[in-house]
Amino acid sequence: MESAAVEVRDLVKRYGRNTAIDHLDLRCRRGEVTAVLGPNGAGKTSAIEICEGFRAFDSGLVSVLGLRPDDPALKPRIGIMLQSGGVPQAARAGEWLRLVSRFHAHPLDPQALLERLGLAEHARTPYRRLSGGQQQRLGLAAAVVGRPELVFLDEPTAGLDPQARHACWDMVRDLRAAGVSVVLTTHFMDEAEKLSDHVVIIDRGRVVSEGSPADLTGAERQLRFRARPGLNLDELLSALPPGSAAKESPAGHYIIEGQVDPSLLATVTAWCATEGVTTEDLSIERRTLEDVFLELTGRELR
Amino acid sequence: MTTLDLSPAPGAAPLPKMVLAQAGAEVRAILRNGEQLLLTLIIPVLLLVGFSKAPFLDLDGPRVDFVAPGVLALAVLSTAFTGQAIATGFERRYGVLKRLGATPLSRTGLMLAKTAAVVVVELLQILVLVLVALALGWSPHGDPLTVALLVILGTAAFSGLGLLMAGTLRAEATLAGANLVYLLLLALGGVVLPVSAFPEGIRPLLEILPITALTDGLRSTLTGVGGFPVGATLVLLCWAVLALAAAARWFRWE
Repeated sequence: MESAAVEVRDLVKRYGRNTAIDHLDLRCRRGEVTAVLGPNGAGKTSAIEICEGFRAFDSGLVSVLGLRPDDPALKPRIGIMLQSGGVPQAARAGEWLRLVSRFHAHPLDPQALLERLGLAEHARTPYRRLSGGQQQRLGLAAAVVGRPELVFLDEPTAGLDPQARHACWDMVRDLRAAGVSVVLTTHFMDEAEKLSDHVVIIDRGRVVSEGSPADLTGAERQLRFRARPGLNLDELLSALPPGSAAKESPAGHYIIEGQVDPSLLATVTAWCATEGVTTEDLSIERRTLEDVFLELTGRELR
Repeated sequence: MTTLDLSPAPGAAPLPKMVLAQAGAEVRAILRNGEQLLLTLIIPVLLLVGFSKAPFLDLDGPRVDFVAPGVLALAVLSTAFTGQAIATGFERRYGVLKRLGATPLSRTGLMLAKTAAVVVVELLQILVLVLVALALGWSPHGDPLTVALLVILGTAAFSGLGLLMAGTLRAEATLAGANLVYLLLLALGGVVLPVSAFPEGIRPLLEILPITALTDGLRSTLTGVGGFPVGATLVLLCWAVLALAAAARWFRWE
């Protein structure tokens, strides 16, 4: 059987007394897009940089395309995009991409790649004078120019404007269509939901949930509506079947969870009618990945 | 929109091609950097012309015969040590070394490329300085092979020191330190001021500096007064071995 794109088993990485990766298991299948989601400090970058061969680890097993991450034979086969930097400040965009392309046997045409990512007119601009979004796109270009089998993207759309985000998403979709495996980290739920075949949510260095975006958001539905703030939800709950939940978050936005069916809908609207409450934007929706994420990783800031 | 064939076709380019590409990029970066050009070319040329023309020094023979070898040594110092330390320090700071480490270019390949770039820039410096010195009436003597050997050993010693600095200190500290060392060695190492101008007590200390060994070795060879400069060669060899070993041991890539 062909080895997985990435196979991580029981990985532990400590920085001093701080355990950044705590018995992490991760499997990214070939030809798929895997999104690694997690709050800041969850260990996303540590995990991805261990797979890229940048960092040593304390224990566990890491295999990338069937090789150890520090195997030189791996370098031509993977493409990486760092979270930031990695390019000499004075290097011109086109020259840098051409340089990276020359390290590979069958690279893409750098000029065509610049055009594809909307960087052609900045080919002669020094890296430090590119905007943040342009620098990110150049990083993406350098990750794919060598026609790798597997691409690691560490927060590829952080700080991008909507146009650049879509250009990046299109590139990820085209890579997948061409048979390239992609592993990306992100904070953006919609990005993971739209792009990936497999989502892995990690927190405090371990996997807290994984599956396809549909698996994770589940079949469970929510009833959402807007109304004046401060409704007495306890009263509403007593009218609903057991196991239902109701919350107001933020003020004036209500979410009812539970067995969302026509009778629940009727109960809620009837209750609103007796209370003299006019509802706006009443809708039945699936949970979003963001709901799942916040449920699993909590709401507190870190 | 251009269609790109993104299907996987991985493979490393042959090592010589990679090294050549990287060396070319490094040479371009050095020649484009204004501050570096000041240290590598402008200051050496000004010193060469100034100290050859103006009667600052009380010397036997034409002043250019004394100044040209010192300025050649300074050129080696500026590129192999100062320029390389600063450039590599900032490459480390901006994650360039890390990023290159993820490409098929190996660390050995990167070091070969850096060395090749330093040598190319030194050859350009030497060409310019020799032409200027000849125009000032310089008449060099001695064995070109001895000169080449001294320049190679000096390059190795200064590269080792520069990389040691770049690989252990913060980029800003390297920037300040490398410039300071350049100035100190320019003043103390017999570049334009003879070491004999300093008090007797500190002369032994000055004479074991790598810059002094290089200026002395080049000067005695190019003025044709001494035989093969054994002492200078040994001092440079020691510095080269120690500095390169220390750099290999302590250099941190990130």
